Amino acid sequence: MSTFPTALPTPQSEAPRPTRGRGSSMREWRMLDRIVLGAAWAAGLGLCLVTGAIVVYMGVRGFQYLRPDLLVSRPQIAEDGSVSGGIRDPLIGTVVMTAIGLAVALPLGVCSAAWIIEYGRPSWFARLVESAIEIVAGTPDIVIAIVGIAVFQLGVLAPLSSRSPTGVVTGTSFIAAGLTMSLIALPPIYAATRDGLQAVPAHMREAAFALGKTRIATIRRVLIPSVRSNIATGTTLGISRIVGDTAIVVIVLGETLRNEPLNSTPIAGFLRGTGSTLTSYVFDNSPAGEGKAADKAYAAAFVLLLFVLLLNIAVGRISRRQAHSSGVEQGSRL
Amino acid sequence: MRQPWSDRRAELTLGAASLLVCLIVVGMVVFVAVHAWPTIEHNGGFAWLGSGGNLDSQLQRMFETGAHPPASAYHLRAWPVIYGTLLTTSIALLIALPLALLSSIFIVEFAPSPLRRVMIPVVRLLASVPSVIYGLIGILVLVPFVGNHLITGAQKTSVQDTVELTGASLLVASVVLAVMITPIMVALISEALSGVPASWREGAMALGVHRLRATLAVSLKAIRPAIVAAAALACARALGEAIMIFMVSGSRSFTPNLDHGPLIFLYEPLRTLASVIVDNKEGFGGSPAVNSTLYAFGLLLLLSAIGLSICSYLIKLPLRRYQLK
Repeated sequence: MSTFPTALPTPQSEAPRPTRGRGSSMREWRMLDRIVLGAAWAAGLGLCLVTGAIVVYMGVRGFQYLRPDLLVSRPQIAEDGSVSGGIRDPLIGTVVMTAIGLAVALPLGVCSAAWIIEYGRPSWFARLVESAIEIVAGTPDIVIAIVGIAVFQLGVLAPLSSRSPTGVVTGTSFIAAGLTMSLIALPPIYAATRDGLQAVPAHMREAAFALGKTRIATIRRVLIPSVRSNIATGTTLGISRIVGDTAIVVIVLGETLRNEPLNSTPIAGFLRGTGSTLTSYVFDNSPAGEGKAADKAYAAAFVLLLFVLLLNIAVGRISRRQAHSSGVEQGSRL
Repeated sequence: MRQPWSDRRAELTLGAASLLVCLIVVGMVVFVAVHAWPTIEHNGGFAWLGSGGNLDSQLQRMFETGAHPPASAYHLRAWPVIYGTLLTTSIALLIALPLALLSSIFIVEFAPSPLRRVMIPVVRLLASVPSVIYGLIGILVLVPFVGNHLITGAQKTSVQDTVELTGASLLVASVVLAVMITPIMVALISEALSGVPASWREGAMALGVHRLRATLAVSLKAIRPAIVAAAALACARALGEAIMIFMVSGSRSFTPNLDHGPLIFLYEPLRTLASVIVDNKEGFGGSPAVNSTLYAFGLLLLLSAIGLSICSYLIKLPLRRYQLK
């Protein structure tokens, strides 16, 4: 390959960009080709425009309707917009949901990824686990939500959720919704950890084994620290999926406007009670819900989009730093 | 000193986590199937997938039968929502697939470097905007726009006996859905596209074709399975989208009717499997008949999602031979 003197000096990812030589001038292209190229430009720029439009529009509406006091006041059930309160409870709800979801998804995802790469025997079982996670990743969140509510309506799990006035177990609570949420955060965490472990060169493991480390010690002291940034990327993606999910909140969290603790026990009562998150607050206050307070919906949606933007920037940062430290260009991957 | 973990125990612990994941998936299917069983049983197999009657009034009747419904209360003909789901999904795919193909080609082959550096985070952001925000923009901006400016008064009066055209429509639902699934496809297709060895295209270009021809004839052909697989995954996403569709589709169990003319057809409201679950969520507490009906819808969604992910896996198998991923 290197004997070929005209080999392109650019790296692999930049390779297909030869300078425009004789015969490749656009003027000699067929009409159809020119149209296709134009369409490709239009599609690419169109995607940018749509994204820009969404962000700018939500930003304008956000600055128009979001006042600082909305962030700290509790929502009230009222027709009049001036007294219907703010988004304190939904904010707390979002944070709690994220915390519970991650507390389960993170260890589960990292452990199964470590198992599949470092042990992975018997191989039929490894394939099974792999496809199980694929299936979880492909399952619509509404289906995960109805599974969640079915599970938490079981008599055995009744202490985890609230009851309707007639004493029926509703299956709705922060714990129930948070555990259900962990399922949608699992696939990105698993995939990122697995890809990271796969990319760790074999000589790192061999060096650890040569020093007399056991397999598990290698995993804990060598491998997991070296894929920390992958885990961070996966976790951030998981958080943004939890923060942005509506279906599970609407169905399994009970979608009450305020966080309603089940009883006065400080933490357990809160976790067993129902509540709302930013997404369900937006949903309820949109014309599709009962609130019909578009300004509140815009304000909450702006905060939500801000979260998602920050998480996106974080993912970009982490993967760029990772690319920098490992010398491999990964930041260009979607 | 603490005894270090024995390898055997570590393997079992980590393996247990993996086993748990498998059990969750099995449990998911079992739970949905068990809850859906009464509906399937009382409707005699697959008859409930057919058409007949008004789904809204069927659900209403189920709510009225209360906590101990007779077998007849499970009567269900779900065709309107299945039809609605298929319509929104296929129109969204028709819009999104060419868009995703063109923008992947653009990102991988033609975008100038600075633009490409912008496009990657843009696509990532577009993929992670929560569906409720799409729904909010849809219901507060697009639906009024379609209702006030695109639908003419004459069109409204021409079908006023059967349905009211407000702007919440098949059109808005499909377009917003297309915007939601395009970034998913762009991510998958452009990854496959950039995995095609440069030498393949260079071979074509050495024979005298220009870059676009080389891309279309060599790269795109090489990753055809990946394109189909991306479309299958996007399709699964579109089938299960609940919140956004619920917000912008009018959520009425009306079946858009082509006899009204193609434009009015696009302006008519509808309902999908996923959005009908959101709409009737009160059924999970009290009414067993509604409960079972909703799980039957969920079962359809779950099985088609599993089917589509198996399909996309199988379709991508031949790509492995060339290590194209």
